[in-house]
Amino acid sequence: MSVLQIKDLTKKFGKFTALNGVNFEVNEGEVFGFIGPNGAGKSTTIRILLGILKATEGEVEIFGKDAWSDAVELHKRIAYVPGDVNLWPNLTGGEVIDLFVKLRGGNDTGRREELIKRFDLDPSKKCRTYSKGNRQKVALVAAFSSNADLYILDEPTSGLDPLMEQIFQQCVQEAKEAGKSILLSSHILSEVEQLCDRVGIIRHGQMIETGSLNELRHLTRMNLLLETKEPITQLHELNGIHAITEKDGALSFQVDTEQLDTVIKHVSQFGIIKLESTPPTLEDLFMRHYEKKGQKEQNQGGNPND
Amino acid sequence: MIDMIFKHTGLLSRLLLRRDRFRIPLWMIGIGFFTFIVPVAFTELYGTQAQRDVMAQTMENPAMIAMVGTHDLSNYTLGVMTAHQMLLMTAVVVGLMSILLVTRHTREEEEDGRVELIRSLPVGRLSNLNATLFVYTGVYILLALLIGFGLFALNIESMDLEGSLLYGATLGATGILFAGVTALFAQACETSRGTIGFSIAILLIAYIVRGIGDVSTDFLSWISPLGWISKTEVYGSNNWWPIRLMIVVSLILFILANYLNARRDLESGLLPSKPGRKYASAMLQSPIGLGLRLQRTGIISWAVGMFLIGVSYGSVLGDLDSFFEGNDLMQQMLASAQGYTVTEQFMSMIMMISAIIAAIPAVMSMNRLYGEEKKARIEHLLVRAVSRTKLMGSFLVISAINGFVMLSFAAIGMWAASISVLDEPLSFGAVYGMGLVYYPAILVMISVAILMIGYQPKFVSFNWLYVFYTFIVLYMGGLFQLSDWYGKLSPFGHIPKLPIEEMTWTPMLVLAGIAVVLSVIGFIGYNRRDMKC
Repeated sequence: MSVLQIKDLTKKFGKFTALNGVNFEVNEGEVFGFIGPNGAGKSTTIRILLGILKATEGEVEIFGKDAWSDAVELHKRIAYVPGDVNLWPNLTGGEVIDLFVKLRGGNDTGRREELIKRFDLDPSKKCRTYSKGNRQKVALVAAFSSNADLYILDEPTSGLDPLMEQIFQQCVQEAKEAGKSILLSSHILSEVEQLCDRVGIIRHGQMIETGSLNELRHLTRMNLLLETKEPITQLHELNGIHAITEKDGALSFQVDTEQLDTVIKHVSQFGIIKLESTPPTLEDLFMRHYEKKGQKEQNQGGNPND
Repeated sequence: MIDMIFKHTGLLSRLLLRRDRFRIPLWMIGIGFFTFIVPVAFTELYGTQAQRDVMAQTMENPAMIAMVGTHDLSNYTLGVMTAHQMLLMTAVVVGLMSILLVTRHTREEEEDGRVELIRSLPVGRLSNLNATLFVYTGVYILLALLIGFGLFALNIESMDLEGSLLYGATLGATGILFAGVTALFAQACETSRGTIGFSIAILLIAYIVRGIGDVSTDFLSWISPLGWISKTEVYGSNNWWPIRLMIVVSLILFILANYLNARRDLESGLLPSKPGRKYASAMLQSPIGLGLRLQRTGIISWAVGMFLIGVSYGSVLGDLDSFFEGNDLMQQMLASAQGYTVTEQFMSMIMMISAIIAAIPAVMSMNRLYGEEKKARIEHLLVRAVSRTKLMGSFLVISAINGFVMLSFAAIGMWAASISVLDEPLSFGAVYGMGLVYYPAILVMISVAILMIGYQPKFVSFNWLYVFYTFIVLYMGGLFQLSDWYGKLSPFGHIPKLPIEEMTWTPMLVLAGIAVVLSVIGFIGYNRRDMKC
């Protein structure tokens, strides 16, 4: 069952089209990774989900309600962490957390204390003295100490150190185990790979790929490392082989997933000593899309949005 | 060794000048303009010695002395009058200039981490501080000369060269002194806000201590640096020793600031920053609570200011009749209404001015809603269960209360001062009513702000033009002999001028109605538009 549904979402700022027919949905209890380069439209999408921006066209529904007109009702069930947290310089972190929790409704002091401890935040300091990472912790504590059903996280770890990053991942896991749904926009692909059930890639305001990591991997190449008794011949002539390199007598290359069968049959003739295969990482996947589109982009010119 | 501490002070000074290439001239032009325009205006307004003697009498009451300081009132020449009424006030402004600009280059620079960048280069440890002190000392010497020769160039008989130079030197020395005060607090406080706060507190305390000293015990005027300003008796006995005293104190402050800067770590302060609250008070946990908390300092300062405006106008009421006699210009500015005393006319005029001023904090309070949006903090509220209507409503409530409080303080201040100077003082109700009638006009100003924020927040500042227009047209309208309809373009022009006009409810109700309609339209727009992000 989907908790969040975006259909043909278009957003224009004057003449500039920030989003052009975006479609995706987040199912109940899943972690959905929302990835894309800077200025692709991630934050614009999220701000429309939160009713801060109004969609030019298309349908945006959360829990079956309209994200714009039912915003206040919906926000009681949503927790949000922005990537760039601006806070009031003369309030303390503790005050801001309490204010945020109170404004959302609901109050769980035990959870608040626990999270402040886990994230190692000093709530008695004024926000002006906080570093970027600490401001982010304030938003994270406020979000995870609320009992929301949907978490919308927009690059929530961009200022955190690796230790805190780990704690963040634990928090996401715990929320997932509790049956919550999570939309995680991120730059850190390893983080997405680790946490997300499904992934959507956005570029230039359009979704270019959506699916589970497994599904997406089928669309791409497998990395193989091969050592044989006899040297392999005619490998170049096979279809779907890329980036052949030789090191220490072993051959390393990439294979298009659909050609895997033919390639294995071919190489097995040469007496296999060692065969290692690694699935493509999200980074490979992402970079492939990036490179492919990157060539087109030169004719289109830059993106005016950051 | 010297390199360790002062290397590249000169280079940093140039950087500082480059960064302040507009700020410094603007302050100088502003201070110069007001210094030069006043004696020129006085020549027009108080051309004869008789007129000035009346003025001197007016000034000879505790409230005025507490405000502008002492001078030789028995020989009230144009020069003496200018120095008496303007020098102290201008010195306070110069002090403020020092506080803002020196903080900007010392603690703020450090707080934002730019000093760290500079210090990572081969630059001396105290170079930044000394570049700041060096540049601003230079700036104030320049200001002293500019003011000194400028005043002399006005070619007014009683304003001789020595007095003019002393006038300028007094301002310059005050600037240098407060550069020292600020440099010292920049070492002591961890934040730029703290630095500005403590330095302004010193400025205000110096002003108040001097005020009390001037009207009661002279001793208090001696311990306040601002008390020394009146002691110069510019254009009178021309005493130079207060300047020397200020320079000596400034040097001590400079040395002290250097000493403290050398001793402390970068980005630390000497005053311990006390930990804040770990939990939000119940007050804070709503949009209204947050709005109030954010504007607390501003509201309190404005309320004090409004009260002081009321008191200062109120304190001159006693001498008005003799004061206006023979002063055509002033009489022209007051709407001449038969059957009312000059005092009553003046009060009604002053109430209107106070009400226009009271609209400023009220509108600022409303504009804060957009300020929060620009700083990307409004999203924290809107992504939680807070509707836009509730959010805007909260700021509207604060703003409306703000306007009411400001108006009340101005009226109360005026009444409090008037009972001590008038033989037959008006009742509290009468004075308070004269102020309160303007409340619907303030509400209209707030509703214009709401309308802007709802549709075209970019143009929110244009509301200030409207306030300024109102002020010019209604205050100076009589002087320029503008026809009535100019005033009618402003809500303030429709309010009955008590007590010289009769109370009529129709315009009040119409204005209130306009305020409601504009607000509702503004709310609708605010609910429909994209938030800026």
